[in-house]
Amino acid sequence: MAEVATTKLKKPSAINKRKNPIYMTVIYIVCIILLLLCLMPFWLLLVNATRSSVEIQTHAVSLIPSKYLQNNWKVFQGKDFNVAVGFKNSLIISTCATALAVYFSSLTAYALTAYEWKLRDGFFGFIMGVMMIPGQVTSIGFYQMCYKLHLTNNHLMLILPSIAAPMMVFFMRQYLQASLSIEIVESARVDGANEFFTFNRIVLPIMKPAMATQAIFSFVGSWNNLFTPMILLTKNELKTMPVMVSLLKGDIYRTEYGAIYLGLFLTVLPLIIIYLLLSRYIVAGVALGAVKG
Amino acid sequence: MGKKRISYAKWGYIFSIPFVVAFALFTLYPIVYTVFIAFTDLKGAANTTPHLLKDDILKNFKEVLATSQFKQSFGNTWKIWIMNFIPQMGLALLLTAWFTDNRSKIKGQGLFKVAFYMPNIITAATVAIMFNAFFGYPIGPVNDLLIRFHFVDSAQNFLIKKANGQNIVAFIQFWMWFGYTMITLISGVIGIDPSIFEAAEMDGANRVQTFIYVTIPSIRTILLFSLVTSLIGGLNMFDIPLLFLNGGPDNATLTTNVFIYKQAFSGAYLYNRAAAASLIMLCIIVVFSSLLFWLMRDRDAEKAKKLRKQAIKEAKLKAKGVA
Repeated sequence: MAEVATTKLKKPSAINKRKNPIYMTVIYIVCIILLLLCLMPFWLLLVNATRSSVEIQTHAVSLIPSKYLQNNWKVFQGKDFNVAVGFKNSLIISTCATALAVYFSSLTAYALTAYEWKLRDGFFGFIMGVMMIPGQVTSIGFYQMCYKLHLTNNHLMLILPSIAAPMMVFFMRQYLQASLSIEIVESARVDGANEFFTFNRIVLPIMKPAMATQAIFSFVGSWNNLFTPMILLTKNELKTMPVMVSLLKGDIYRTEYGAIYLGLFLTVLPLIIIYLLLSRYIVAGVALGAVKG
Repeated sequence: MGKKRISYAKWGYIFSIPFVVAFALFTLYPIVYTVFIAFTDLKGAANTTPHLLKDDILKNFKEVLATSQFKQSFGNTWKIWIMNFIPQMGLALLLTAWFTDNRSKIKGQGLFKVAFYMPNIITAATVAIMFNAFFGYPIGPVNDLLIRFHFVDSAQNFLIKKANGQNIVAFIQFWMWFGYTMITLISGVIGIDPSIFEAAEMDGANRVQTFIYVTIPSIRTILLFSLVTSLIGGLNMFDIPLLFLNGGPDNATLTTNVFIYKQAFSGAYLYNRAAAASLIMLCIIVVFSSLLFWLMRDRDAEKAKKLRKQAIKEAKLKAKGVA
């Protein structure tokens, strides 16, 4: 009797579980089309970067690389578009900005989690409130301030603002609230450690996973930022990668199709490498941000 | 004599100092200064001495709201955002339904997710110029494909048509963001208690019914979160429209941020008007971000606070009763 009952229960779900081949095929076809749509543009950049302008003129789409990479590279010589300079500037700015953002956001999040102080809730409410204010709306005042202080062509003005990163403080606080036990902090106090030492040596190591995730997104965000560097940096040797890229639209490259593709490819190459190495963490990080948010 | 309790509260203040100082210098002061500039006559390349407007203090705001370019850019911004958001959300929901369906376990999900998210990580400036090259005339990959597969006889100059410009900008935004939205929604679905799905399956609900009546209501909050964050991002659209067609053709892809940039930094140097326009946008964004703030409020903490207040009230009442 009992056996009959279980088979009866199992039956409808077993039918449901059987895969409908047409339905599955449609799913895979759509997914593969989207996959190609997402990856093909970058492959096209790579392939066209190695082709001559004449080849591109006859057929702009090809899947097979050619052998004009060096020729295309030579086009950039003596021109304003300089990948090496852009790369160096972007690397310096993004690395410093990320380091500052991660460290000071952790510190602020720790202040919001570990201590009971009068203005704490108000301060946190404030951080939540300013989280979504985009940089662009403050740009006029920011530019005028930098201009007055003669700091327009100065990388520091792109690095220092990242000390105050409300969004990151928010995520760091979420993480700390779940993973910091106040007993550890207290036992460090009993051992005579001062608060600053406790944060650097005991709390920061606990925060490593959150710091890694936030560092990736902060770095990419800083690397991709166009607006502020574009209004502040006028000297060519200071320009960042996205500002360099915008030079590729200039008239001097109008007929140098291969060179344009090469320039574009070189600017995405560092990001593609980072992404291929860290994609698992990045995708997990996006999901985590959504759940926490 | 009890051991004296040391108060650590001051460290809360000390550790917040760097954030507060940096915020005050690099965000708060620029905002205040932007507000001030919006009420002044500040224009001209090397001009740094603003004077408050004497005759009509709101002149800049009135001028901005009266210019057809600003109105047009405001309309474009919404139009492009809506054209990108609806298909983006639709596709993300569809993919979420497929990928989280435990009855038809899709293989290679990890690869698909990694590929779909990839456009989001690439510099928007590069993406804009890349698409500009793709739609190039007379030589470009899109024209090449269309001719090769005999969709058209001769190369088309897509980018001189207004509608095309807007559609392609919307498509680029869609292309860059559908993977992000999908991952966000999937993570929301994974967070749902699996017993609900089992119950739905037991009741004989099919895939579509399960998704519409069980999954979507359960991820309401995340859907709203995606909507509001996408909207705020959409209102700030800048890199793609600026570098793809420089706001053209005929201002068709001029967004409010591109308008502000052009007013202030691209030849015109009308800082006062640009400041007024950014403040108008700031107000709109504040409205939407307070909506987001309200959506994301910590419901558990709120409940706990209410309970605590109630407990205090009761204790007081009791105390009164005793007295």
